[in-house]
Amino acid sequence: MKVLCGIGGSDDSLRALDRTVDRAAVANDDLTIAVVENPDSTVDPDEVMDRAREAIDEAKIDAEVRRVEGNPGSRLIEIAETEGFEEIVLGGGHTSPMGKITIGSIAEFVLLNAKTSVTLVR
Amino acid sequence: MSDRGYPEAVADEFSAPPTEFTDREERTVEIRPYEGTEEEHEALVEMYDAFDPADRAQGIPPGGEERIREWLDAILGGDCLNVIAWCGDEVAGHATLVPDGDAYELAIFVHQEYQRAGIGTHLIRGLLGHGQAEGVRKVWLTVERWNRAAVSLYKKIGFETSDAESFELEMGLRLNPNADAGESDE
Repeated sequence: MKVLCGIGGSDDSLRALDRTVDRAAVANDDLTIAVVENPDSTVDPDEVMDRAREAIDEAKIDAEVRRVEGNPGSRLIEIAETEGFEEIVLGGGHTSPMGKITIGSIAEFVLLNAKTSVTLVR
Repeated sequence: MSDRGYPEAVADEFSAPPTEFTDREERTVEIRPYEGTEEEHEALVEMYDAFDPADRAQGIPPGGEERIREWLDAILGGDCLNVIAWCGDEVAGHATLVPDGDAYELAIFVHQEYQRAGIGTHLIRGLLGHGQAEGVRKVWLTVERWNRAAVSLYKKIGFETSDAESFELEMGLRLNPNADAGESDE
Protein backbone atom coordinates (compact mmCIF):
# COMPACT_ATOMS: atom_id res chain seq x y z
CA MET A 1 0.00 0.00 0.00
CA LYS A 2 1.13 3.55 -0.70
CA VAL A 3 1.32 5.21 2.71
CA LEU A 4 1.98 8.82 3.71
CA CYS A 5 3.04 9.30 7.33
CA GLY A 6 2.95 12.89 8.57
CA ILE A 7 5.05 13.74 11.62
CA GLY A 8 5.95 16.99 13.36
CA GLY A 9 8.10 15.72 16.21
CA SER A 10 5.57 15.37 19.04
CA ASP A 11 5.77 12.16 21.09
CA ASP A 12 2.69 10.68 19.50
CA SER A 13 3.94 11.47 15.99
CA LEU A 14 7.22 9.68 16.71
CA ARG A 15 5.26 6.66 17.93
CA ALA A 16 3.31 6.78 14.67
CA LEU A 17 6.60 6.94 12.77
CA ASP A 18 8.01 3.84 14.46
CA ARG A 19 4.84 1.80 14.05
CA THR A 20 4.41 2.81 10.41
CA VAL A 21 8.01 1.94 9.61
CA ASP A 22 7.67 -1.44 11.37
CA ARG A 23 4.47 -2.16 9.46
CA ALA A 24 6.05 -1.11 6.17
CA ALA A 25 8.88 -3.59 6.76
CA VAL A 26 6.39 -6.44 7.15
CA ALA A 27 3.76 -5.38 4.63
CA ASN A 28 6.15 -4.02 2.06
CA ASP A 29 4.35 -0.66 2.00
CA ASP A 30 5.51 2.08 -0.31
CA LEU A 31 6.16 4.59 2.47
CA THR A 32 6.79 8.32 2.41
CA ILE A 33 7.44 10.22 5.62
CA ALA A 34 6.45 13.87 5.52
CA VAL A 35 8.05 16.07 8.16
CA VAL A 36 5.63 18.92 8.74
CA GLU A 37 5.85 22.11 10.75
CA ASN A 38 3.72 21.46 13.80
CA PRO A 39 3.39 24.75 15.70
CA ASP A 40 2.65 22.72 18.85
CA SER A 41 5.93 20.83 18.61
CA THR A 42 9.14 22.24 20.04
CA VAL A 43 11.35 19.80 18.13
CA ASP A 44 13.49 21.16 15.30
CA PRO A 45 12.36 19.79 11.89
CA ASP A 46 15.95 18.83 11.02
CA GLU A 47 16.07 16.63 14.09
CA VAL A 48 12.77 15.08 13.09
CA MET A 49 14.21 14.38 9.61
CA ASP A 50 17.21 12.65 11.23
CA ARG A 51 14.96 10.68 13.54
CA ALA A 52 12.90 9.48 10.57
CA ARG A 53 15.98 8.43 8.60
CA GLU A 54 17.29 6.52 11.61
CA ALA A 55 14.02 4.61 11.93
CA ILE A 56 14.14 3.70 8.25
CA ASP A 57 17.76 2.58 8.42
CA GLU A 58 17.07 0.47 11.47
CA ALA A 59 14.14 -1.26 9.83
CA LYS A 60 16.22 -1.72 6.65
CA ILE A 61 13.46 -0.46 4.39
CA ASP A 62 13.47 1.90 1.48
CA ALA A 63 11.33 4.96 2.22
CA GLU A 64 11.41 8.62 1.32
CA VAL A 65 11.73 11.30 3.98
CA ARG A 66 10.47 14.67 2.83
CA ARG A 67 10.32 18.10 4.43
CA VAL A 68 6.91 19.71 3.90
CA GLU A 69 6.54 23.46 4.32
CA GLY A 70 3.30 25.35 4.86
CA ASN A 71 0.02 24.40 6.49
CA PRO A 72 0.54 20.79 7.63
CA GLY A 73 -3.01 19.48 7.25
CA SER A 74 -3.75 20.89 3.82
CA ARG A 75 -0.29 20.06 2.48
CA LEU A 76 -0.62 16.41 3.58
CA ILE A 77 -3.96 16.11 1.84
CA GLU A 78 -2.66 17.79 -1.29
CA ILE A 79 0.31 15.40 -1.44
CA ALA A 80 -1.93 12.38 -0.84
CA GLU A 81 -4.28 13.42 -3.63
CA THR A 82 -1.74 14.48 -6.25
CA GLU A 83 0.59 11.54 -5.70
CA GLY A 84 -1.96 8.76 -5.31
CA PHE A 85 -1.44 7.79 -1.67
CA GLU A 86 -3.92 5.28 -0.26
CA GLU A 87 -3.56 6.03 3.42
CA ILE A 88 -2.42 8.87 5.68
CA VAL A 89 -0.95 7.98 9.08
CA LEU A 90 -0.70 10.46 11.95
CA GLY A 91 0.00 10.45 15.69
CA GLY A 92 -2.98 9.45 17.81
CA GLY A 93 -3.13 12.52 20.00
CA HIS A 94 -1.39 14.19 22.89
CA THR A 95 -1.83 12.74 26.38
CA SER A 96 -2.24 15.32 29.17
CA PRO A 97 -0.85 14.97 32.73
CA MET A 98 -4.32 13.74 33.67
CA GLY A 99 -4.22 11.05 31.00
CA LYS A 100 -6.73 12.77 28.72
CA ILE A 101 -6.18 12.42 25.00
CA THR A 102 -6.54 15.48 22.83
CA ILE A 103 -6.52 15.36 19.05
CA GLY A 104 -4.78 18.32 17.51
CA SER A 105 -6.05 20.61 14.79
CA ILE A 106 -3.84 18.97 12.13
CA ALA A 107 -5.36 15.54 12.76
CA GLU A 108 -8.86 16.98 12.81
CA PHE A 109 -8.35 18.76 9.50
CA VAL A 110 -6.93 15.65 7.86
CA LEU A 111 -9.68 13.39 9.26
CA LEU A 112 -12.42 15.62 7.94
CA ASN A 113 -10.90 16.48 4.58
CA ALA A 114 -8.94 13.46 3.40
CA LYS A 115 -10.29 11.26 0.60
CA THR A 116 -8.08 8.40 1.78
CA SER A 117 -8.38 6.38 4.95
CA VAL A 118 -6.64 7.97 7.90
CA THR A 119 -4.94 6.02 10.68
CA LEU A 120 -4.26 7.57 14.08
CA VAL A 121 -1.64 5.53 15.93
CA ARG A 122 -2.17 4.89 19.68
CA MET B 1 6.29 27.70 30.45
CA SER B 2 2.62 27.29 29.67
CA ASP B 3 1.06 29.33 26.89
CA ARG B 4 -2.48 28.48 27.91
CA GLY B 5 -4.88 31.35 28.37
CA TYR B 6 -6.62 32.27 31.60
CA PRO B 7 -9.22 34.90 32.45
CA GLU B 8 -7.85 38.18 33.80
CA ALA B 9 -10.22 38.12 36.73
CA VAL B 10 -9.84 35.82 39.68
CA ALA B 11 -12.74 33.40 40.20
CA ASP B 12 -15.26 33.58 43.03
CA GLU B 13 -14.36 32.21 46.39
CA PHE B 14 -15.41 28.61 46.74
CA SER B 15 -15.96 27.10 50.16
CA ALA B 16 -13.44 24.44 51.06
CA PRO B 17 -14.69 20.93 51.83
CA PRO B 18 -15.88 19.10 53.88
CA THR B 19 -19.39 20.16 52.89
CA GLU B 20 -22.68 18.33 52.98
CA PHE B 21 -25.85 18.71 50.94
CA THR B 22 -28.99 16.89 49.86
CA ASP B 23 -29.04 16.09 46.14
CA ARG B 24 -32.08 16.29 43.86
CA GLU B 25 -32.87 12.63 44.61
CA GLU B 26 -33.03 13.40 48.34
CA ARG B 27 -29.72 11.63 49.01
CA THR B 28 -27.30 13.04 51.56
CA VAL B 29 -23.96 13.63 49.88
CA GLU B 30 -20.74 14.73 51.54
CA ILE B 31 -17.76 16.25 49.75
CA ARG B 32 -14.43 15.54 51.42
CA PRO B 33 -10.81 15.94 50.37
CA TYR B 34 -9.02 12.68 49.64
CA GLU B 35 -6.66 11.86 52.48
CA GLY B 36 -4.89 8.86 51.05
CA THR B 37 -6.39 6.05 53.09
CA GLU B 38 -6.78 2.56 51.67
CA GLU B 39 -10.56 2.66 52.20
CA GLU B 40 -10.88 5.78 50.06
CA HIS B 41 -8.59 4.33 47.41
CA GLU B 42 -10.53 1.06 47.18
CA ALA B 43 -13.87 2.87 47.11
CA LEU B 44 -12.59 4.92 44.16
CA VAL B 45 -11.43 1.79 42.33
CA GLU B 46 -14.88 0.34 42.86
CA MET B 47 -16.62 3.39 41.43
CA TYR B 48 -14.42 3.48 38.34
CA ASP B 49 -14.72 -0.28 37.83
CA ALA B 50 -18.50 0.19 37.62
CA PHE B 51 -18.25 3.36 35.51
CA ASP B 52 -20.35 3.37 32.35
CA PRO B 53 -17.98 3.25 29.34
CA ALA B 54 -20.36 5.66 27.59
CA ASP B 55 -19.35 8.30 30.13
CA ARG B 56 -15.64 8.04 29.39
CA ALA B 57 -14.08 11.19 28.05
CA GLN B 58 -10.87 11.43 26.03
CA GLY B 59 -9.71 8.00 27.14
CA ILE B 60 -10.38 8.33 30.87
CA PRO B 61 -11.29 6.65 33.10
CA PRO B 62 -9.56 3.68 31.50
CA GLY B 63 -11.29 0.29 31.43
CA GLY B 64 -10.32 -2.71 33.56
CA GLU B 65 -9.19 -2.78 37.16
CA GLU B 66 -5.48 -2.96 36.42
CA ARG B 67 -5.48 0.12 34.23
CA ILE B 68 -7.81 1.94 36.62
CA ARG B 69 -5.34 1.33 39.46
CA GLU B 70 -2.42 2.51 37.34
CA TRP B 71 -4.27 5.67 36.38
CA LEU B 72 -5.41 6.37 39.96
CA ASP B 73 -1.84 5.95 41.22
CA ALA B 74 -0.83 8.73 38.82
CA ILE B 75 -3.58 11.17 39.84
CA LEU B 76 -3.87 10.49 43.57
CA GLY B 77 -0.24 10.79 44.54
CA GLY B 78 2.34 13.54 44.84
CA ASP B 79 1.04 17.09 44.60
CA CYS B 80 -2.32 16.13 43.11
CA LEU B 81 -5.42 17.47 44.88
CA ASN B 82 -8.49 15.24 45.02
CA VAL B 83 -11.99 15.48 46.45
CA ILE B 84 -14.61 12.75 46.68
CA ALA B 85 -18.41 12.98 46.82
CA TRP B 86 -19.61 10.32 49.24
CA CYS B 87 -23.09 8.84 49.56
CA GLY B 88 -22.65 6.76 52.70
CA ASP B 89 -19.69 4.45 52.04
CA GLU B 90 -20.11 4.71 48.30
CA VAL B 91 -18.25 7.07 46.00
CA ALA B 92 -20.75 9.04 43.93
CA GLY B 93 -18.16 11.18 42.21
CA HIS B 94 -14.54 12.28 42.18
CA ALA B 95 -12.73 15.39 41.03
CA THR B 96 -9.02 15.95 40.68
CA LEU B 97 -6.38 18.62 40.07
CA VAL B 98 -3.16 17.28 38.57
CA PRO B 99 -0.07 19.54 38.54
CA ASP B 100 1.12 20.69 35.12
CA GLY B 101 3.95 23.18 35.34
CA ASP B 102 2.65 26.36 36.99
CA ALA B 103 -0.99 25.27 36.67
CA TYR B 104 -3.25 22.30 37.37
CA GLU B 105 -5.33 20.19 35.02
CA LEU B 106 -8.87 19.49 36.23
CA ALA B 107 -11.16 16.52 35.66
CA ILE B 108 -14.42 15.46 37.26
CA PHE B 109 -16.38 12.21 37.14
CA VAL B 110 -19.82 11.41 38.50
CA HIS B 111 -21.01 7.80 38.53
CA GLN B 112 -24.01 7.19 36.25
CA GLU B 113 -26.35 6.44 39.18
CA TYR B 114 -25.61 9.85 40.66
CA GLN B 115 -25.76 12.03 37.56
CA ARG B 116 -28.31 14.81 36.96
CA ALA B 117 -28.76 15.32 40.69
CA GLY B 118 -26.61 18.43 41.15
CA ILE B 119 -23.62 16.53 42.53
CA GLY B 120 -21.22 17.64 39.78
CA THR B 121 -21.70 21.32 40.65
CA HIS B 122 -21.07 20.71 44.35
CA LEU B 123 -18.12 18.47 43.56
CA ILE B 124 -16.35 20.93 41.28
CA ARG B 125 -16.98 23.80 43.68
CA GLY B 126 -15.57 21.64 46.48
CA LEU B 127 -12.49 20.81 44.44
CA LEU B 128 -11.89 24.46 43.57
CA GLY B 129 -12.42 25.46 47.22
CA HIS B 130 -9.82 22.87 48.20
CA GLY B 131 -7.49 24.16 45.47
CA GLN B 132 -7.97 27.77 46.54
CA ALA B 133 -7.16 26.85 50.14
CA GLU B 134 -4.01 25.07 48.93
CA GLY B 135 -2.89 28.13 46.95
CA VAL B 136 -3.56 26.83 43.43
CA ARG B 137 -3.50 29.78 41.03
CA LYS B 138 -4.44 28.50 37.60
CA VAL B 139 -6.59 25.60 36.47
CA TRP B 140 -7.17 24.34 32.93
CA LEU B 141 -9.15 21.54 31.38
CA THR B 142 -10.16 20.13 28.05
CA VAL B 143 -13.66 19.01 27.22
CA GLU B 144 -15.23 17.49 24.14
CA ARG B 145 -17.08 20.21 22.24
CA TRP B 146 -20.29 18.19 22.05
CA ASN B 147 -20.41 17.62 25.82
CA ARG B 148 -22.80 20.52 26.40
CA ALA B 149 -23.65 19.58 30.00
CA ALA B 150 -20.00 19.69 31.00
CA VAL B 151 -19.21 22.85 29.03
CA SER B 152 -22.11 24.75 30.60
CA LEU B 153 -21.11 23.55 34.09
CA TYR B 154 -17.57 24.84 33.55
CA LYS B 155 -18.85 28.16 32.20
CA LYS B 156 -21.19 28.58 35.14
CA ILE B 157 -18.21 28.08 37.46
CA GLY B 158 -16.25 30.80 35.66
CA PHE B 159 -14.08 28.91 33.19
CA GLU B 160 -13.39 30.71 29.93
CA THR B 161 -12.56 29.08 26.62
CA SER B 162 -8.88 29.50 25.78
CA ASP B 163 -8.61 27.30 22.67
CA ALA B 164 -11.43 26.18 20.41
CA GLU B 165 -9.36 25.04 17.44
CA SER B 166 -9.90 21.30 17.59
CA PHE B 167 -12.31 18.61 18.79
CA GLU B 168 -11.69 19.51 22.39
CA LEU B 169 -12.30 22.90 23.92
CA GLU B 170 -9.60 24.10 26.25
CA MET B 171 -10.82 26.23 29.16
CA GLY B 172 -9.02 28.11 31.93
CA LEU B 173 -9.81 29.55 35.35
CA ARG B 174 -7.78 31.80 37.63
CA LEU B 175 -8.30 30.59 41.20
CA ASN B 176 -5.95 32.82 43.15
CA PRO B 177 -4.16 36.06 42.27
CA ASN B 178 -0.61 35.74 41.02
CA ALA B 179 2.04 35.00 43.61
CA ASP B 180 2.94 37.83 45.96
CA ALA B 181 6.32 39.44 45.48
CA GLY B 182 9.04 37.28 46.95
CA GLU B 183 7.24 34.03 46.47
CA SER B 184 8.91 32.13 43.68
CA ASP B 185 7.39 28.86 42.70
CA GLU B 186 7.62 29.25 38.96
